[in-house]
Parts: sequence; C-alpha cells; structure tokens
Amino acid sequence: MDFTEEQLKRYSRHIILPEVGGKGQKKISEAKVLLVGAGGLGCPVGYYLAAAGVGTIAMVDDDKVELSNLQRQIAHSVKTLDVHKADSAKQTFEALNPDVNVIPIKERLNSKNILDLFRDYDIIVDGTDNFPTRYLINDACVMLKKPLVSGAILRFEGQVTTILPHDGPCYRCLFEEAPPPGLVPSCQEAGVLGVLPGVIGALQATEVLKLIIGKGTPLKGRLLIYDALGVNFRKVKIPKNDDCAICGKSPTITELTDLPEEYCSI
Amino acid sequence: MAVKVKIPVPLQRLTQGKEEVEGNAGTIISLINSLDQKYPGLGERVSEGGKLRRFVNIYVNEEDVRFMKNEETEVKDGDEVSIVPAIAGGC
Repeated sequence: MDFTEEQLKRYSRHIILPEVGGKGQKKISEAKVLLVGAGGLGCPVGYYLAAAGVGTIAMVDDDKVELSNLQRQIAHSVKTLDVHKADSAKQTFEALNPDVNVIPIKERLNSKNILDLFRDYDIIVDGTDNFPTRYLINDACVMLKKPLVSGAILRFEGQVTTILPHDGPCYRCLFEEAPPPGLVPSCQEAGVLGVLPGVIGALQATEVLKLIIGKGTPLKGRLLIYDALGVNFRKVKIPKNDDCAICGKSPTITELTDLPEEYCSI
Repeated sequence: MAVKVKIPVPLQRLTQGKEEVEGNAGTIISLINSLDQKYPGLGERVSEGGKLRRFVNIYVNEEDVRFMKNEETEVKDGDEVSIVPAIAGGC
C-alpha cells in the first residue's frame, strides 16, 4: 500500500528512523496482532500499537468495564462502564487512529476455540490474569509456531519475556507448572500499582514492534523483571528445557486441554 | 561478604519488607533453610520436602539452578540469588 499524505505526516517520526523507514512502517500497517485481555496490560499495549499504526489488532476479552478498572485500564472510561472491554478499547483505539482495524472478540479462550482464533495473526500478546489461560496460550503458540510476547504484573512487580517457539524457550520451560490455586494472590486480592501495567505493557508493545520491523534483539531466552519499589530492572536467563512438556525433545502434551476452573480464581 | 538474596514482592512481607537479605554460602537448600530460621515461612513458600517448588525459580546470578544442580547448587560469597515466582496478573 502507498501512504497518503496524512499517513506520511502521522507516521513521520517513525519513518524518519532508519530502523523503521517507509518499509518498516508498511510492515507495521500490514501486521496483525492479537491481544489476549483488554485490561491492565491489554490497554497500554493496544493503545501504543494503535498509535503506531498496526493494521489489525484483535482484542480478546469477555469482561465488561467496571469502575475499579479505571485506576489502570486507560482505554476505558466512565462513558464505557458496563460496555464490553473489547468494544470499549475498539472505540478508544479507532478514535486515536482510524487506520487501525480493531476486532473485538468477546469470548473466553479455551482449548476448542484458541487455535482458530490465533491462526490468522502474526503475533500474540499475553495480558491475561490467570495461569490456566497463560499455559493454554503458550501451548497454542508453540503448536502454531506463533511469536508470543508475555507480560505479567502483581502489586509492584512485573515480568516480561518474548517467546519464539522452537527458536528458544517457552513459558513451560520457564515455569514448569502453575502454582496450586490459592497460593499466588490475584491483583484483585493483592492489588496492583495503577501505572505498573503501563510500564510492562509499553515493554510488550516495544517487543511487538521490534518483531514486526525485524530490528534489534528480541527479549528471547530472558525474563525481564521490573521491581517498581526498588527501581530495579533485572534479566535472568531462561534455558530451553529439553524435558519441556510441550517444546522439549519428547513432548507429553500433544493436544490442548483446559485446566480446572478453580485455577481461574487465584 | 555474604550471599545476597533478592526477595520478590509477594514474599517481602515475610522479610519485614526487605527486598534483599543476606545469607551464607553453601547449597541453595541450606541457604533457604537458614533464611527460614530468620524469616519463618519463607522456606515453605519456595520449597517442599527439601525440593524446590516447580512454580518458583531460583537464579544464581543470571542462571536458573534447575539447569545446574538444582537445590544442591553451591553458592559462594558475593553471588546474587534471585527468587522468582510465577505471577499471572494482567488485570
């Protein structure tokens, strides 16, 4: 596609970067990114990707906007209370940038629908709030060989990693299994500093854009840990686990299954 | 000089809010056990029956101990040990 004059102006600060240029901006405008969760992480990721001109952004979330979300979920507002988060985010992102096609998917991911939902997208972004969905997303991405940019937050701490299936470790290589229900508190129980998902989401959006334009070093094989109180960014290595249940030498997970529901309440 | 141990936010209530504590050189499991004496409850959050829990990772400097000698990995003075639990919030 050729850029209109208006688009040249809108994306001029990108196009002027040698690492992006017209070519990179074209890749961005043709990219299809699927975000799981339109909450704390999904809002800033989607916001920046929409501003950057990512052509197609799918938002998967079946929740509706509540007042307690607005302390951090910056795509929503008092005008969209009780509206599906995916629809609310679509309004916000398309108002920011009409070039972007935001596709709201008001469903919960499960082992039956996930492969079909992911198939048409180039990159998946994990901003979910529970372990079963995190493992399901990881396993689906490994099976479909889709890049996955994973972020998680709790209280004052965040974690980010980029998973390139079969070219590095996956989420199961990092954490072999989910904590039992009840052991790790949710944001609802433990709280989260409102700006924290902004920091982690902006890092995820950066990773997505780097993958799209093919520049820089992806955050692969490393877990970046941000501690807001101590102002520390640390990276630790994630070795590829030969015994990994999904991407190891003899995988034991060959089809997707749903973890019991009680995990969802942790 | 001792071993520095980075405590993740969810466990800092066991260490009186400290984000970093000090421990003695030796194996990871002896380090965890001695920290548990000082900060009761820390041990069971990280290990069970002398084995590290599978949803909590421990790093010596940047290296995951699962790919070294697991709980028997030796740490020496000056090493930095990080306890990193899986977290799932996106909310």
